[in-house]
Amino acid sequence: MADKISSCLKGEGLTKIFGVGRRKTLAVDHVDFDFCEGKIVSIVGESGSGKTTLAKMLLGLIKPTEGEIYFQGKKRDISSQKKRREYWKNIQAIFQDPYSSFNIFNKIDAVLLDCIKMRDGKKLTNEQKVAMMAEACSFVNLKFDELTNKYPFELSGGQMQRLMIARIFILKPKVLLADEPTSMIDACSRATILDMLMKLRDEIGMTIVFITHDIGLAYYVSDTVYIMEHGRIIESGSADEVILHPKEAYTQRLISDVPKIHEEWDLSTVQYSVS
Amino acid sequence: MSKVILEVNDLTTKYITRFHEDVYAVDHVSLKVEEGKSLGIAGESGCGKSTLALSLMGYYFPPLHFTSGEIIIDGQRITGMDPDTVRRTILGTEIAYIPQAAMNALNPTRKIINFIEDVILAHDPKVSRKDIYDLARERFEILGLPEDVLQKYPVELSGGMKQRTVIAVSVILAPKILIADEPSSALDVTSQKMVIKMLLDLMEKGMIKSMIFITHELPLLYNVTDDIMVMYAGQIVEKATAQEAVFDPLHPYSKGLMGSIIVPEKGLRNLKLSAIPGVPPNLKKPPTGCRFAERCKYVIPECKTHPIDLRETGEGRAYRCIFSEEYLRKVYQIG
Repeated sequence: MADKISSCLKGEGLTKIFGVGRRKTLAVDHVDFDFCEGKIVSIVGESGSGKTTLAKMLLGLIKPTEGEIYFQGKKRDISSQKKRREYWKNIQAIFQDPYSSFNIFNKIDAVLLDCIKMRDGKKLTNEQKVAMMAEACSFVNLKFDELTNKYPFELSGGQMQRLMIARIFILKPKVLLADEPTSMIDACSRATILDMLMKLRDEIGMTIVFITHDIGLAYYVSDTVYIMEHGRIIESGSADEVILHPKEAYTQRLISDVPKIHEEWDLSTVQYSVS
Repeated sequence: MSKVILEVNDLTTKYITRFHEDVYAVDHVSLKVEEGKSLGIAGESGCGKSTLALSLMGYYFPPLHFTSGEIIIDGQRITGMDPDTVRRTILGTEIAYIPQAAMNALNPTRKIINFIEDVILAHDPKVSRKDIYDLARERFEILGLPEDVLQKYPVELSGGMKQRTVIAVSVILAPKILIADEPSSALDVTSQKMVIKMLLDLMEKGMIKSMIFITHELPLLYNVTDDIMVMYAGQIVEKATAQEAVFDPLHPYSKGLMGSIIVPEKGLRNLKLSAIPGVPPNLKKPPTGCRFAERCKYVIPECKTHPIDLRETGEGRAYRCIFSEEYLRKVYQIG
């Protein structure tokens, strides 16, 4: 294999402005990034730092005010519905709230069947489809036989989020955008979800963009970390570099805000914000 | 030994579902909180943490029903009291509760000062508005909240600010014990730190005498509370000091929980995190033996046939497992 790691998603001068005139809000401010293929990239920032806006632009849900997105070296083109569908075959997402991610009237096998249809449904026999669903469920440690006749609301949050990952496993997109996938889940099942993201990277070679406000999770899961503040990327680099030796004061603050076990958690420096 | 503020003996409460099934969400729980101490309750979702918090207030409304046991707050037995008396004389002055989504419970059409007036007037209708305002201003100043928040509407405040305001309002009558049920789980890390700092300030400045802190974030519990109680399927499975619970857990479930801690510290990336497989049992038909047996790595046939009692081991420590302390420590070392 060549040493050069190819770029998967690249952004140049990406900007998003909401509103006009005096009520203008600069949500994302001339952001440049280059996500390598087969890596987990984390975007870390506080609420309101523009992480989700950036994710929506990458998904093509909102149009950037300025700047370009390159997908696998080519300029992304989602001008027509057909091209957009083609793009979405390559990029998929998991969102924060697993409870609202499913159609509540569909049983679980229908949810998974939809994904198979979306990919290459017409060519497959029923047995092949069932085998595929079972494979996806076993990938995320769920038992397919027990699930088939259940509705999504009968599952726990952690199980639902795993089912989302099972869908991703069937669709096998090039890029997965995970927007705070663990923030509504129990701390105990968090490790499971993160391990599954790493499994997707290792076994399928998927590029994963992991968005979070918890720098601990980012450190555990990612290869590269981008830190965002007020719509700008202020620091980036490998996970060890950024989290063990942060340069920016903002990064240092984010790290010091997370409670720790082996090191002392300093509460004396807390400044109450006034807004 | 300092004064015991809250004592709970063998408390059992249940939910009655629409189909008349009993779900014992809090099953023979006993605990003690001393003056100046804080107790943390950990466990995964659905283990009965929040139900325990609701039960402790002694204010029951369907589908939650009281079954047996007693709750004593500062020498006063509140179980068996009329719900209306509990609401007027206990809630707010003796015990205060911050629910999980407290900040969303603020009525958007009223100012913050109105909420404070409501709380104080419900307990003593004779207080003048000026006295209330002065008290509120003084409290807000101590807690680092600006005075103009009092005249604002909830929508004008940020999430972290709202949560801190709610806490300040709940402790305005200086309750003896504060129950905080996941007060920071909807906030980002920076606001979370401010909320935690505020809770610790409350303890330090004597506005509350003791605290029960409920969360599933173990690093947070470790830093905030003196003791940790781990709950599983409605039962206490382990009681220990924070230090012991995190670094020397005895029950296999606590061990599993401690193995899933994620903190940004050196060496985290090389760690193999252990998640506990499976799901908690259905409490409509709880298993006869150990409730954790189905998911336990070290299970033996006896686990599933006999109910297991909470074993006391020395100074305030207890765990609910068939194995001895030495045996458990040994198997954890082997891994």
